[in-house]
Amino acid sequence: MNVPDGLLFTKEHEWVRLAGATAVMGISDHAQTALGDITYVDLPGVGKTVAQGGGVAVVESVKAASDVYAPVSGTVRAVNAALGDHPEIINQDPYGKGWLCELENVAPDAAGGLMTAAQYRSYLETL
Amino acid sequence: MIPLIYEMSKAGRRGVRLPDCTVPQTKAKIPAALRRATPAALPEVSELGVVRHFTNLSRLNFSVDTNFYPLGSCTMKYNPKVCETVARFDGFARLHPLLPQLRNGGMLTQGALRVLYETERMLAEVTGMAEMTMQPMAGANGELTGAMIVAAYHRRKGNRKKRFLIPDSAHGTNPATAAIAGFSVTTIPSNAKGVMDLAAFKQALGDDVAGVMLTSPNTLGLFERDVQTVCELVHKVDGLAYYDGANMNAFVGRVRPGDLGFDVVHLNLHKTFATPHGGGGPGAGAVGVKEPLRQFLPISRVIKRDDGTYALHYDEPHSIGYIAPFYGNFGVILRAYTYLRLLGAEGLREASATAVLNANYIKACLKDVFDFPYEGHCMHECVCSASRQEAHGVRALDIAKALLDRGFHAPTIYFPLIVHEALMIEPTETEAKETMDEFIAALREIARLAEEQPATLHAAPVTTPVGRLDEVEAARAMVLRV
Repeated sequence: MNVPDGLLFTKEHEWVRLAGATAVMGISDHAQTALGDITYVDLPGVGKTVAQGGGVAVVESVKAASDVYAPVSGTVRAVNAALGDHPEIINQDPYGKGWLCELENVAPDAAGGLMTAAQYRSYLETL
Repeated sequence: MIPLIYEMSKAGRRGVRLPDCTVPQTKAKIPAALRRATPAALPEVSELGVVRHFTNLSRLNFSVDTNFYPLGSCTMKYNPKVCETVARFDGFARLHPLLPQLRNGGMLTQGALRVLYETERMLAEVTGMAEMTMQPMAGANGELTGAMIVAAYHRRKGNRKKRFLIPDSAHGTNPATAAIAGFSVTTIPSNAKGVMDLAAFKQALGDDVAGVMLTSPNTLGLFERDVQTVCELVHKVDGLAYYDGANMNAFVGRVRPGDLGFDVVHLNLHKTFATPHGGGGPGAGAVGVKEPLRQFLPISRVIKRDDGTYALHYDEPHSIGYIAPFYGNFGVILRAYTYLRLLGAEGLREASATAVLNANYIKACLKDVFDFPYEGHCMHECVCSASRQEAHGVRALDIAKALLDRGFHAPTIYFPLIVHEALMIEPTETEAKETMDEFIAALREIARLAEEQPATLHAAPVTTPVGRLDEVEAARAMVLRV
């Protein structure tokens, strides 16, 4: 299972890349594998305020529809519009082109409670 | 492949020749903008062509009347044909729904009103509730009725309630219902035994909790052992306990939700009481309530007057109002009434016991080849995981497709969500041991193939009218034609 260093992870299998007060987020390789072929993504509107742990998007596969939770609090600055027509990008490249949204106004201490790549790898082994 | 009837069309071919219109002015009275400029694009086929087309299509149908249908959670049991006969009696089938609302019309519909009244009484007895309504048109409509009654109860008491507590194994309709009724949802995790985690429930409980929604047996086919404690605890914060009757098939005549402490229940008549379903309806989601909630039930109510006659009653100032037109799906209620009368108390008890026995038989016969994540006896359905087969590249989906080739409907797959590669099997009480043995033999053969020749399973189904459909492409690039 691909778990790149430098990203932070949640127990619900979201990843986030923090850069100052902005952050890019998506779902992990484990999440896309467990969901299977993703058929639809419901992304938030730009400008929406999200709280850490609150629902930010919905991904749907032939198996199930799942809420995606915000790894950090912030305001939605941009969403990955390419996913509208090509949700399979998440399966192909969950950490790159398959990003879900970019947040701004992220608090400086946002990383609290998140797992490092090493911690997330150990966590996956317990599942 | 059977062509579409439009593809069979030949210009000028017809089944019926209509006489010339004898009302010449008609055309002139229709405004030009509403008149058709070109003839409707209807298929032009002969009567025999139409008969063959639809007869051949109907032969592709798969139903419980043709094959074993162990679709977990859906209770695809056999619907006795006598219930169909009764539903077609002219006195019921040709009754106009407005008749009881006309002056003295109620006296012309006493039989139908009595069916509604007595079905309510029988189901109130089965569930341990004070009063029922037959109005909701389906399970989720029943859930919404129940949640609206809970909301009406809190509103009348001036309670400020915000949340429903719902376990993570619940049907998706539960949180959806709570949300539509204006509540937020707190999800309660299941524990290692597959039942709701009581400690997590206690932690989530608070004064802002409107109620808890529980399905029992739960969607893993397991009895929620702490259910009485859960009901007591939620009552302490003046919350209500809602029983989702999706799995009542295991309980009928054995356990009454009202005795466990539930305040509101819904039943799926189309599942537990053997009325048709599976084609998208019609359903019936009867709702029962304890005495303090009677005032909130939808109108109209069917009452029995002192002289023994039946009438519709509308004067209920605290009612949540209409939840559906008229009196619900009367034909479905009538079938359920017939079924209840047919089986009687003893028959209903035997049905639920056999449903539980059959599911446990299947579980016992499969547990050496499939992983069953939760130990112990199940209730009316069993959930296994294809995790062992997944190691050979065979998923629950492949197993489901391979069953189609062997003449069985697939079980429910990938639900409940908390079981990896789930296969959810519900044999129901109406299947003979021989049928279940054939099904078990088929699944054992599939498990063997998963180890020895997994590729053969990836190709399944090969004997059905169409082979493996591309579900992903169908969902991603949906093409709808009307």
